[in-house]
Amino acid sequence: MTNDLLKYVLRRADSELVLGHRMSEWCGHGPELEEDIALINISLDHLGQSRSLYQYAAAVDGEAKTEDHYAFQRNERDFGNFLICELPNGHYGNTIARSFFYDVHSLLFYERLVHSADKTLAAIAEKSLKEVKYHFRHSAEWVIRLGDGTEESHAKMQEAIDEIWTYTGELLTDDELDIEMNKQGIGVLNSSLKDAWYNKVEAVLNEATLKIPEGAYFQTGGKSGIHTEHLGYLLAEMQYLPRQHPEATW
Amino acid sequence: MSEEQLQRDFQSKLDAEIRIEPKDWMPDDYRKTLIRQISQHAHSEIVGMLPEGNWITRAPSLRRKVALIAKVQDEAGHGLYLYSAMETLGEPRSKAIDDLHSGKAKYSSIFNYPTLTWADMGAIGWLVDGAAIQNQVPLCRTSYGPYARAMVRVCKEESFHQRQGYEIMMELAKGTPAQKAMAQDALNRWWWPSLMMFGPPDKDSKHTAQSMAWKIKRHTNDELRQAFVDKTVPQGEFIGLTFPDKDLKWNEEKGHYDFGDINWDEFYNVIKGNGPCNKERIKARRAAKENGAWVRDAAAAYAKKKQNKSTEKAA
Repeated sequence: MTNDLLKYVLRRADSELVLGHRMSEWCGHGPELEEDIALINISLDHLGQSRSLYQYAAAVDGEAKTEDHYAFQRNERDFGNFLICELPNGHYGNTIARSFFYDVHSLLFYERLVHSADKTLAAIAEKSLKEVKYHFRHSAEWVIRLGDGTEESHAKMQEAIDEIWTYTGELLTDDELDIEMNKQGIGVLNSSLKDAWYNKVEAVLNEATLKIPEGAYFQTGGKSGIHTEHLGYLLAEMQYLPRQHPEATW
Repeated sequence: MSEEQLQRDFQSKLDAEIRIEPKDWMPDDYRKTLIRQISQHAHSEIVGMLPEGNWITRAPSLRRKVALIAKVQDEAGHGLYLYSAMETLGEPRSKAIDDLHSGKAKYSSIFNYPTLTWADMGAIGWLVDGAAIQNQVPLCRTSYGPYARAMVRVCKEESFHQRQGYEIMMELAKGTPAQKAMAQDALNRWWWPSLMMFGPPDKDSKHTAQSMAWKIKRHTNDELRQAFVDKTVPQGEFIGLTFPDKDLKWNEEKGHYDFGDINWDEFYNVIKGNGPCNKERIKARRAAKENGAWVRDAAAAYAKKKQNKSTEKAA
């Protein structure tokens, strides 16, 4: 039971950390100063959510672990984040598409997680939900602006949506752990979010004059630690300093 | 009102420490000086995001990562409201940014040095932000209203950054031998460039006298530099670091520290564009602008479509 809960908390934390890390790579390079600030802000929210979850994981784990242990001392195969979170930033449209699909999922996920029988998770969900509402507004508005902006932005945005689509299936399927945690009243079934996710995504893409991709083959593996080739580089960069100085505190 | 009368009114406001506001008459050169100074300051905030941004993805703990990102976000915010203060003088942000990209406008030359280790995040916060505060606190009383008000907020946040940087250094200085060496190396590399941040010595500063008369500036470069040295040296000694200056010592008689000669050749060379990172910094800013052009175009096109639709509805 403890192990299940730990694993469940960690993989959500991993998603928030990896996506927050990706978004922080934009710092100083955004398309407009105001957008730089918005992206940094959202990145900070994701990282803040990951910290709350890692701290809870440490409490559940009970082996004198810290939030930094999970972020800096685990290997690629230990990370349980959704694949979509680790995709490289690409151009601004790719970054927006990635966030948009994830934000719709987060919004629905946290809306349900606030009712979790686990009081800590419920509290984290409540705090996160406030932030995610803003993230969703930000990414959805940009999908619409870029989709219904110029011919060039429309083409770029459609391409981004098509490219990332294959990573969205994972957001809406359950593995054994999801099913078990849901049975205990702690976790949320991703599959239960499916209809609402499609409706929200479709409404925004319609307004953006973009087409829902037809591809129905979806990549999976994130939750069981089978990642894209991108994650290894992200972790190598993120973890190098604490690993080089295992005795140090910072 | 005659030009002479306007000039007299302007001067009497300065004398009475009354702030000059955007709609007030002001001499052309006063306006130009302010545009130069505020835009340089704004550019420094924006370019300054790059050397620190360089360590965001490699910060060694989650707490440090989040604090560093928040700091860089503050800098973006400073840039934003300084550009706004500048725009009250009639200079558009887009033009100021073009001047930065063409090399016509300057920014603080400290940001043309590379950030090579994590300790540089400590040294920048402690020394560079420390020097910035020394320069900027008097600007909260500068004669131009919007600039003075912007500086009040900037200074509050800078002082937080300075403490954060010093805390990073303190942690390293009491850490493992490798961490301590990292901290010492960062101090060695950032100390002299930090002293250069106050600008050329008073005898060679071409803007100081006029800016003091207009009460834009309140202290000379050398006064500010001395105050910074006096404040910073005990902080470094307290955490067991050594300053890279054999002439640095307390002068009982003067009540100040004496310090060695600054390499002004290096300073002027970095200003001219020959610093280690000048080209990279400007290249990164230009790339951000060019890569984001299609995004800004799309936002403008979409806003126009929306506006047309609402006009149609109204008609």
